[in-house]
Amino acid sequence: MYLVSCILFFSSCSSWFNLGILGILAHFRHYFIMLSAAEKTLIEVNDVHKSFAHNHVLRGLSLAIRQGESMVVIGGSGTGKSVLIKCIIGILSPDRGNIFVAGQDIGSLKEKDLYQLRKKFGMLFQAGALFDSMKVWENVGFGLLQHTTLSKKEVKKRAIEKLNLLGLHQIEDLMPSELSGGMRKRVSLARAIAMEPEILLYDEPTTGLDPIRADTINALIVEMRKKIKVTSITITHDMVSAYKVGDRIAMLYQGKIIEVGTPDEIKNSTSAIVQQFIQGKAEGPITQAEAQI
Amino acid sequence: MLNNFFHLIGSVSILFLQESGRITLLLWKAVLLTFQRPFNLKDILRQMEEVGIKSMPVVLITGAFTGAVLALQSYTGFQRFNAETFVGTVVALSITRELGPVLTGLMVSGRVGSSMAAELGTMQVTEQIDALYTLAVNPIKYLIVPRLLAALIMMPVLVIFADLIGIAGGYFVSVKVLSSNPYTYMERTWNYLELNDIFSGLFKAAVFGVIIATISCYQGFFTRGGAEGVGRATTKAVVLSCLLILIFNYIITALLF
Ligand SMILES: Nc1ncnc2c1ncn2[C@@H]1O[C@H](COP(=O)(O)OP(=O)(O)OP(=O)(O)O)[C@@H](O)[C@H]1O
Ligand SMILES: [Mg+2]
Repeated sequence: MYLVSCILFFSSCSSWFNLGILGILAHFRHYFIMLSAAEKTLIEVNDVHKSFAHNHVLRGLSLAIRQGESMVVIGGSGTGKSVLIKCIIGILSPDRGNIFVAGQDIGSLKEKDLYQLRKKFGMLFQAGALFDSMKVWENVGFGLLQHTTLSKKEVKKRAIEKLNLLGLHQIEDLMPSELSGGMRKRVSLARAIAMEPEILLYDEPTTGLDPIRADTINALIVEMRKKIKVTSITITHDMVSAYKVGDRIAMLYQGKIIEVGTPDEIKNSTSAIVQQFIQGKAEGPITQAEAQI
Repeated sequence: MLNNFFHLIGSVSILFLQESGRITLLLWKAVLLTFQRPFNLKDILRQMEEVGIKSMPVVLITGAFTGAVLALQSYTGFQRFNAETFVGTVVALSITRELGPVLTGLMVSGRVGSSMAAELGTMQVTEQIDALYTLAVNPIKYLIVPRLLAALIMMPVLVIFADLIGIAGGYFVSVKVLSSNPYTYMERTWNYLELNDIFSGLFKAAVFGVIIATISCYQGFFTRGGAEGVGRATTKAVVLSCLLILIFNYIITALLF
């Protein structure tokens, strides 16, 4: 134990000269993460601010997601949930604050390293974002075609596997414009999981699906976590889905996370705001605050 | 009043500097990425077909009629001082040095520039470009580099065809319509045409190709605001690349040839 603290101390001393005080803090974080492997934080969002023109969307948002955890983010329409996950994957950059993924500050990464880091991610876009000039299977296999040396035939086979997993059959040669909204969403989900990433970001995976399909997707998210131990962030308005897939649920309100807890903790929350949202009531503090603006 | 005026001038020039800076930066990034692996030859070939082969009919028709009308006009003028035999020379020089590259550039920016801007713009507003980022594919490398290379390569090729058919158009009108002597016409065409005339035209064409692809991809890539935004980006792409073609045409001619 003494030995460990000695090493810690000396390495910090040397880094004082090398890196300045920030470097030291980062070092300590690193040791901390290493020592507490059980509760390892994979994604840490730290006091993030993001505005568009005069629209201050995220206002000091902090959230930590542990390795292997399924985090659900709930919150009203337009509160910045999609903006949050776009910041995490580095499509949008925060105006202030830091985001750490696997201990790396994504704001200070070189472009090349950022692309490398993104290979760990899979993302389902709220509106699908399928490539409309490519067939369904080319969409699903896009990552494999770009980043591996697999043959086209092999990629197509794997794409079909993923599509079947999501209850989609015989659509691999169609174009995205020939699909229904719900099918498009599932193709997009297939594309997100095709590379078998470590981290999955789902932006409203069940909206626009019938209840049975929605439950299939919920089961899939749960299974991905159990089987491949993926860490995931799921954005949803669907409380049934939130309770089912979430290890923890975080509520986003006015640009901040106002509460994080297990589904039971959230259900029994004492916050009137959380209660109004999860019970889906028209009357309450959220609507009152909106009326005042 | 005066304050307002200076304010306007100031903000317009800041906007101009900002835009031109961002366009140059995008071009620079694309150039760097061109030399990085992987080289997706298939995409480049597909874009070459889009830019080159599919523009061919438009360019050929433009070239033919331009050559024809040049012959007609210069014949009318030259007849007044008995210099009809020099029509061939005028047609060949004007087509290869000026009209071939410029008119091809304008036609291609209308045909190809607009479709590049609309395609990338649609991809931007439907988050397909964001999706590329999340799949760890650099959209500049994947979307812009092939278009840039295709335009750079195919514009000179198109201009060679425009030159040939333009000269042929002039020949047809002079010989068949105005019944000039075919041998003197051809002789006057080739004798005064230098390699430098053709190369200067091809060099211009390559520059115009870069202008068209860069401006159109830039407009598409940074489109904001739905279908309306795509429409605006498309218009801007065509207007701006046409203007820049005319401006750069003057600059290149004045400085180099
Ligand atoms: N690229 C952008 N440019 C300008 N404003 C944006 C952009 N993206 C998001 N916004 C704004 O940020 C706010 C939050 O948007 P966001 O898409 O994150 O909402 P959300 O919480 O995902 O809502 P929903 O549940 O309806 O999807 C909105 O007011 C939106 O107008
Ligand atoms: Mg959203």
